[in-house]
Amino acid sequence: MSTAQEKPETPYNFAYLDEQTKRMIRRAILKAVAIPGYQVPFASREMPMPYGWGTGGVQVTASLIGPDDVLKVIDQGADDTTNAVSIRSFFAKVAGVKTTTHTKEASLIQTRHRVPEMPLSENQILVYQVPIPEPLRFLEPRETETRLMHALEEYGLMHVKLYEDIARHGHIATTYAYPVKVEGRYVMDPSPIPKFDNPKLTNSPALQLFGAGREKRIYALPPYTRVESLDFEDHPFRVQEFSEPCGLCGASGVYLDEVILDDHGGRMFVCSDTDHCEGRREAGHRGHLAGAMGAPGAEAAE
Amino acid sequence: MKADALSGGFFDPVFGAQAVFRALLRALSRPGEIENLPGLVRPPTPLNPAAAAVIACLADADTPIFLDRPLAESEAVRDWIGFHIGAPIVSLAGRATFAVISDPEKMPPLADFWLGTEEYPDRSTTLVLQVTGFEGSRTLTLQGPGIAETSALAPDPLPARLIGQLEENRRIFPRGVDIVFASRHAIAGLPRSTRILNGAA
Repeated sequence: MSTAQEKPETPYNFAYLDEQTKRMIRRAILKAVAIPGYQVPFASREMPMPYGWGTGGVQVTASLIGPDDVLKVIDQGADDTTNAVSIRSFFAKVAGVKTTTHTKEASLIQTRHRVPEMPLSENQILVYQVPIPEPLRFLEPRETETRLMHALEEYGLMHVKLYEDIARHGHIATTYAYPVKVEGRYVMDPSPIPKFDNPKLTNSPALQLFGAGREKRIYALPPYTRVESLDFEDHPFRVQEFSEPCGLCGASGVYLDEVILDDHGGRMFVCSDTDHCEGRREAGHRGHLAGAMGAPGAEAAE
Repeated sequence: MKADALSGGFFDPVFGAQAVFRALLRALSRPGEIENLPGLVRPPTPLNPAAAAVIACLADADTPIFLDRPLAESEAVRDWIGFHIGAPIVSLAGRATFAVISDPEKMPPLADFWLGTEEYPDRSTTLVLQVTGFEGSRTLTLQGPGIAETSALAPDPLPARLIGQLEENRRIFPRGVDIVFASRHAIAGLPRSTRILNGAA
């Protein structure tokens, strides 16, 4: 992990963006905080990475970050996958900030599609990378119409979609990007987090910001905001359950990834949150497959 | 323009603006909490340092600013804003992205400012109200996003008619203005989403 430097060695401004762009994004973030769940349009910039790689989250992070921040970046819960590694090294380079993989040490966490397992604190900010910010987009392609639907609080179409799930599958089949209602007003896309993470959105002590670069939208959940997953009285919202605990650390009640082991149907379940899993293994927790994977620490080495 | 106008901006424009923004973000995402904002800029009176830091952080040539009479009548203030911020100064409250009010007792009603539309509620004025402190005689009890249970805010001065206007501002949610109270060296936020529990008493 890099250490804080006095001056980042780059020809760019601190945190890459120019100051006028930061002001524009900062104004959008403050309006987003004042209207929880409402998508504020902003003049998204070209970033030195393709759309779909978290340009929205990167612009939000770049507008927030200061020399005292400690940054953590996760991709589907993992600190060591391409997207997380490249964004973390981007900010280490252009802002010279300290980075970490430990949730507890971070003041800023940029995330793609997961909320960390460890509960966040009031001193942390979670920045989500969002591909499609408009929860109604696949039901109504016209921006003029979806904007009017939000203005009129006309969300019947979303309930019809969930109802059609029930009619077809017998249950609500949406498992990620599960729509939520914020403070009883705006329906919001929580980004493609598994619905397992939806209960962590409500009443969080941490500020949550959402940035969609290609779609040019920023939205927010202030701390202690009421966030409800949409459901029906006879089909209440439920999160995923896993039949076995994490193969490496033995954790249950966390979100697990399925890993295929061979060509004969062999598979295992492991924590999606790598920091949480490593922390548990360091504390001596062992899953039933931990031995088969070699000594602890061997697979954690980069 | 006098030479005074050329000094008193952010000593470090990048980290100064970043520090002010994080304080603003905490203030508006946790209504009622007071954020210290040590003198990062030295504006001419009657513009106070915290209010000046807020507009220096957020405003630029894209964002028209409305000034109340004491500020608008000060050539030094207009010159300082012109040189350090470069924002156009407008005399119509309803056209302003930001408004700085030095005397809340005599400010225009909140409904005169830009309130946004149902489709674009974000296009509304952010008001910066200069106050002497946060230990006023009237304490507002606040509830809403950003507040775990309730929080308290006692800006001084807090004109009685402003309380009624703040309640009306909440009633027209998601439209409405957002407010930053600024004493000389601290700020507190009151976004439109906040409800005032003890208003009409």
